[in-house]
Amino acid sequence: MKSLDQGKLDILMVGVGGQGIILASDILGDVALDIGLDVKKTDTLGMAQRGGSVTSHLRIGQKVWSPLINISEADILMAFEKLEAARWVGYLRPGGAVIINNLAIPPLSISLGTQVYPADEAILGSFRNVTDTVYLVEGNKKVADLGDIRTLNIFMLGYLSRFLPMKITDEQWEKGIARHLPAKILDLNKRAFEAGREAAAGVNI
Amino acid sequence: MSKIRKLLSGNEAIALGAYHAGVRVATAYPGTPSTEILENIAGYKDLYAEWSTNEKVAMEVGLGASYAGVRTLVSMKHVGLNVAADPFMAAATTGVHGGLVVVSADDPGIHSSQGEQDNRHFARLGRVPMIEPSDSQEAYDFMAAAYEISEKYDTPVLFRITTRVAHSKSVVELDMGAVRAERNKYFHHNVEKYVMLPGHARLRVPHMHRRVAELTALAEVTPLNQVIEGDGRTGIISSGVAYEYARDVFPGASFLKLGLIYPLSPKLLQRFAGQVKKLFVVEELDPFLEDSIKAMGIRVEGKEHIPRFGELNIGAVRHAAAKSEIIPPAVPAAATATIGNLPGRPPLLCAGCPHAGAFFVLSTIGKRSKVLDAAGRSEKESGLIITGDIGCYTLATYPPLRAMDTTACMGASIGQAIGLVKAGVTSKVAAVIGDSTFMHSGITGLIDAIYNDAKITVVILDNGTTAMTGHQDHPGSGKSAQGNVTQKVDIAKVVEGAGVRNLQVVDAFDIKSVRSAISSALGGGQLSVVIVRGKCAVTNRVRKNKRYVDQDTCNDCGVCLMIGCPAIQKKEGKIYIEASACMGDACGICQQLCPKKAISPEENTGK
Repeated sequence: MKSLDQGKLDILMVGVGGQGIILASDILGDVALDIGLDVKKTDTLGMAQRGGSVTSHLRIGQKVWSPLINISEADILMAFEKLEAARWVGYLRPGGAVIINNLAIPPLSISLGTQVYPADEAILGSFRNVTDTVYLVEGNKKVADLGDIRTLNIFMLGYLSRFLPMKITDEQWEKGIARHLPAKILDLNKRAFEAGREAAAGVNI
Repeated sequence: MSKIRKLLSGNEAIALGAYHAGVRVATAYPGTPSTEILENIAGYKDLYAEWSTNEKVAMEVGLGASYAGVRTLVSMKHVGLNVAADPFMAAATTGVHGGLVVVSADDPGIHSSQGEQDNRHFARLGRVPMIEPSDSQEAYDFMAAAYEISEKYDTPVLFRITTRVAHSKSVVELDMGAVRAERNKYFHHNVEKYVMLPGHARLRVPHMHRRVAELTALAEVTPLNQVIEGDGRTGIISSGVAYEYARDVFPGASFLKLGLIYPLSPKLLQRFAGQVKKLFVVEELDPFLEDSIKAMGIRVEGKEHIPRFGELNIGAVRHAAAKSEIIPPAVPAAATATIGNLPGRPPLLCAGCPHAGAFFVLSTIGKRSKVLDAAGRSEKESGLIITGDIGCYTLATYPPLRAMDTTACMGASIGQAIGLVKAGVTSKVAAVIGDSTFMHSGITGLIDAIYNDAKITVVILDNGTTAMTGHQDHPGSGKSAQGNVTQKVDIAKVVEGAGVRNLQVVDAFDIKSVRSAISSALGGGQLSVVIVRGKCAVTNRVRKNKRYVDQDTCNDCGVCLMIGCPAIQKKEGKIYIEASACMGDACGICQQLCPKKAISPEENTGK
């Protein structure tokens, strides 16, 4: 991963409404601001919150202009759901990193039998001519072991933290998370963040 | 107090900027992407904030507050300004006393609206100044400037944002010590200014024209407009979020960055044009700036290359600039990743939505599913025409429910139903409208139906909140924007009091009652109203006894799938209910509809 001294870091987080994607990108945005970087972020809007596809564009750098990431320019695509990973693959820059939570949430059209959920090989294959850096993460399993699947977003943030080129201390992460979550679920979420970071410990970035 | 840096959305920054500028009255009707402005400013208890019945009332309340001498903020989405156009034009004519800023939140690309329109034209129409920020810092800073201009030039100020500015977060440096002190509140009688009889209005019109001339002089010198020196070859004129895209695309160009976008200063434009070889206007939607600049006799390019509709982005601006030969054409990416024919993920009515049952009933009446093709079209009438309205329930247009034939604008369902019936359609006509939309502008339509004896059925889906925009209170909810308990406006009493004789109120989760009420209303041959009451699933936190499909009893007939409930899914030919999504006892519609009685609460199945 290149340094942030002059460049920018574009992260696209995608998934399904209700997975806590926007909260995850809010936390990272605040943490990046705290360490003195410029930040812009923009989320999917309006009607999409009702079970629809959700995206959050997060741009970090010395100076950021457009809040929207350009197509083929995202450094990291982090998908909380597999179909959504395939839907937004076009935003990834050649050689960028893809982190996919190994979870399928079939849209209604699958149950109605009008469409077919793509196979894993098709989804993973869609990245093949853009990048070799694809990580399939068992996020839901890991957070179910921790006791609450609602911590998935913080787990994913922990996983992502290993991929970031800038130095962020444990205290800065804790401060950022605490700002966005109620005190009574803070410990659980700290564990989820740690679990995410551990899950990424072995990967070759 | 010191300065602090925060990551704020454009809407949060506007609310804070208005508060720091001394706003004492704020009004709005919820509408994406403007809703969070009032939600944020309502949190300050030393000012008055209200959800108004609709945007017209919001503007009128705002105008009254301005006449009392206090600074006032009125906010709405782009189509809200259509509703409020009458009092807005009145405000433009009378002028103000306390500063009056009207936020118009446009939605290029139609993220969550019924249409796309460029509200910059309202500035020219009303001969009022228009200010446009391009990020959250400007949203905050420009508020103070807007109030000063409003009071100095005796005019409402239009503050135009777009979805991308309203909902993007960027860094704002706040001056917490800059909060403006309260002003004296007084109304000074002045009939020539405030009573718009023709003779008085005629006196105001020259003021409006003088105002534009004075503002044109201001536009030349105001720091709201900035020149950023560049290489002198290419000059970019831009405003709003389009400017941000342009900065990414043209790192070396000279910029004229406009914050006051109406009126424009010909002197400023000519001076800038003289400094560069080629001028290019980068703006979203209409050629609003471009046409004005061309009318000054200045040669510019823009809309020959830049899309006239939809949202811009870096790629669109880069592509346009390449076509204009300002920058070399982009080298096509060696490899782009695509995967064909992906299943869409359209937004849905939630699991446990109180609207689902009523739409299931409506979808089965008139054999609609047999008449309509896959695209929802049919040359023949289906036996039931369903005029729709604006809210979550518009999603019932999608399969499998497909229970909506029209949606135009807030409150239109009832008027459209009257028109269809009076034009002589042979089918029965039902108008479907939510509670907040009924309050907004359904009541006048209903009164028209009573007065003109229109034999329609109005179905009011009452979930007790403005769900679509994020659960704002409304006149029927019994709570104000600032959390105070208020008198509930009872929809049933409004309907009865207006003179509807055939009124039924039913529980949204009792399918038999909903079906019998709607059937008898449609069969009654007179104006009828059915109020379908049920709590919004998102606000309902009780989830006891989730439903479960007994696989031995289920014969996969698929009736339950026709509700469109996201919790009911099918995998490898078997229907099951996703427990994490099911609302259990709060809903139970699938259990009532299952012909084989295969669905029951978990606890009875031994699972």
